[in-house]
Amino acid sequence: MFASVLSAVILGMDVHPVQVEADVSSGLPSFTMVGFPSAQVKEAQDRVRTALRNNEILLPPKRITVNFSPADIKKEGAGFDMPVAAAVLAAAGILSPDLLRGAMLAGELSLNGEVHPVHGILPIVIRARQENCRFCMVPEGNLQEASLVPDMKVIGVRSLKEMIRYLREPDAYTAEEAPAPVCTAEIIPDFRDIHGQRSLKRAVEIAVSGFHNILMIGPPGAGKTMAAKRIPGIMPPLSYEESLELTKIYSVAGLLSRQDPLIRSRPFRNPHHTSTASALAGGGRNPRPGEITLAHRGVLFLDEMPEFSRRSLEILRQPLEDRVIRISRINGTYEFPADFILCAAMNPCPCGYYPDMNRCRCTSGQITGYLNKISQPLLDRLDLCAEAEQVDFAGMSRRTDGEPSEVIRRRVEVVHEIQRERYRGENIQFNGELKGEQIERFCRLDFGSRALMQAAFEHAAFSPRSYHRILKVARTIADMDFSQEIRKDHVGEALSYRAFDKKYWI
Amino acid sequence: MERKQEKIRCVTALDAEYPEKLKDYGDMPGCLYVRGNLPAPDLPSVAVVGARMCSPYGRIQAFRYARVLSEAGVQIISGLAWGIDSEGHKGALEGGTSTFAVLGNGVDICYPAGNRELYQRILRGGGGICSEYPSGTRPRKYNFPARNRIISGLADLVLIIEARERSGSLITAQWALEQGKPVFALPGPVDEALSLGCHRLIYDGAGIAYSPEILLEELGINCKKNIKSEQKTELGLASDLKLVYSCLDLRPKSTDRISCETGFSPQKTANILVELSVLGLVREIGRHYYVKSGGVG
Repeated sequence: MFASVLSAVILGMDVHPVQVEADVSSGLPSFTMVGFPSAQVKEAQDRVRTALRNNEILLPPKRITVNFSPADIKKEGAGFDMPVAAAVLAAAGILSPDLLRGAMLAGELSLNGEVHPVHGILPIVIRARQENCRFCMVPEGNLQEASLVPDMKVIGVRSLKEMIRYLREPDAYTAEEAPAPVCTAEIIPDFRDIHGQRSLKRAVEIAVSGFHNILMIGPPGAGKTMAAKRIPGIMPPLSYEESLELTKIYSVAGLLSRQDPLIRSRPFRNPHHTSTASALAGGGRNPRPGEITLAHRGVLFLDEMPEFSRRSLEILRQPLEDRVIRISRINGTYEFPADFILCAAMNPCPCGYYPDMNRCRCTSGQITGYLNKISQPLLDRLDLCAEAEQVDFAGMSRRTDGEPSEVIRRRVEVVHEIQRERYRGENIQFNGELKGEQIERFCRLDFGSRALMQAAFEHAAFSPRSYHRILKVARTIADMDFSQEIRKDHVGEALSYRAFDKKYWI
Repeated sequence: MERKQEKIRCVTALDAEYPEKLKDYGDMPGCLYVRGNLPAPDLPSVAVVGARMCSPYGRIQAFRYARVLSEAGVQIISGLAWGIDSEGHKGALEGGTSTFAVLGNGVDICYPAGNRELYQRILRGGGGICSEYPSGTRPRKYNFPARNRIISGLADLVLIIEARERSGSLITAQWALEQGKPVFALPGPVDEALSLGCHRLIYDGAGIAYSPEILLEELGINCKKNIKSEQKTELGLASDLKLVYSCLDLRPKSTDRISCETGFSPQKTANILVELSVLGLVREIGRHYYVKSGGVG
């Protein structure tokens, strides 16, 4: 007899529905799986057979064939155990094949018949809704995550027995009173804790307001990491769509918390400098999201940037430009979202104390070598350069300023609104994304600011590229000032935060 | 590129061109490899040497001293190294009189390679590059102290700008003393490691180079008009600019510190600093660290 049920495989961020077909026919007893299953999926046969036996369900000694369709996509992951079990049971006549119509199943079985949670449930359930499925059957451990999708009946099962029971009568299922999601969102540190560092804080606010990438330079222990960790706290809260988008990414990466799967706060990713290029970009034969995708809609913080391998840093160039990363593997090209603020931190020299000549004992060769680890094209994508200064005792003990993140965030939200208004109809949202012709159109200078720009240009011999970056930052500063025009003081401030240029260092 | 300057000549002690000054000392090389010219014997020359990793103060002063001396017709001799040496050459090029570099490697090799532009500018400015080592000799650190004797030998006076306590520049001073040349040292802040070598020299009896004119006087050059132009103190700045300017000194100060001291917001401080640096009154040394530029742009 033949039966089939719907499941899905995730390739990159895309969900591909997979029809799991089973057939039980006479012949020598065997269990074959066809349809391009990976080794993980092939193992399902042993798990399914043993789990059924341990639940006192005996499969007939017949020839069992399982097929995954379409056959040209490689099937990965342990989520196929449950659909294989269901399809085989139906084909063997233990369940009615009609019960499987319009059901989407995913879940891993253990040998005693328990159902274990799997990765990527949220996008699968979303896909099931698009496919107009009657209901989704997922592991109990993924129930919270699956329930995030509105208008979709989701059944959470703990064991094979429950699976059979609820396949027979899906209407009998009522979700147990789910424990209210425990808000496990980390408490984002507050900007109030940072004393002094006024220009650094200002630069960070500009960066967040206009979605500019920022480079922080300063001696060790000056508070670069401290400031970076506080950036998500001054970004506007995630909208529900953004939350869901992020939760999808984290679901595919298998990084969701069981109790409170919805991602509510902006991500802050802080990969160590030993990270490889594929750890940052995403990798594997069937690529998984990398750090830059996990930082989507949030902050990617690269501490000690020159210590990263050149190869790892260079892969950032394309995603910084396109806001997505495309990874090509033998099975196809995968696209992951990667719309983040890059926040990089570095010391001014290998020892960290330049230009304090009493403490810095680096030779100019060492410093040049250190700076040369970062390529110019990457530096060109960092619009702002801020400095974190070593705070002395007086600065530490003077408990002044310390504006709370809340206040800064409210200002940032207003500036974002201004930009959204201005770029309605354009393909961008923020000043940081302005390109070529748009810069000319949106960043007009008045007479005074043009004169200052020209003087600075002649004084320091900027490249045309840095000229454009200064314009973009000046646009953001003007927006923060609620000014339509870019005035002289806006350009002046933008000039002072102008991007880092190796040429003028030593 | 001028072909003629590309040519490397070998000037032996028997040639008329061989610097007369070097003939007085027994330990000078028998031949010099030269690209461009050798210092003119009828013009005074001053060696400007100092630390490679120097402070902005040293950088600015090396440039200023070399420029003023060069404007008065003094040939500046140095070693093309990073830091003080480079600034000395640059100041000299600005001043107009030819400048000369003595290398510790073959003259066909520009060491440090990052100074290639300066190397060409020296040649184009009618100056020259010379060395006692034949073409193709790689830079070796044991060759550099020895070349210092040629630097001091070619000079009438040696000016040390910044030196740590055990510094190669002090070797040059040592050579100069042995050769009977006057040595001047630039004073600096007493708590800076980079001033220690100079202060030691001054303690030991070197001249205090408190202004470039002192050196000109020592060389017997009339320099009255220069002194006057240095005494311009009123810059005619707006009061905000003046406040920020007066808050700066010759040691790097960060934007944050300046904004704390003046009480201006970081935005305003940043603005004023940009304006001042466009005017050429302050210099940005490293990102967001500013110093007074002492009138040198």
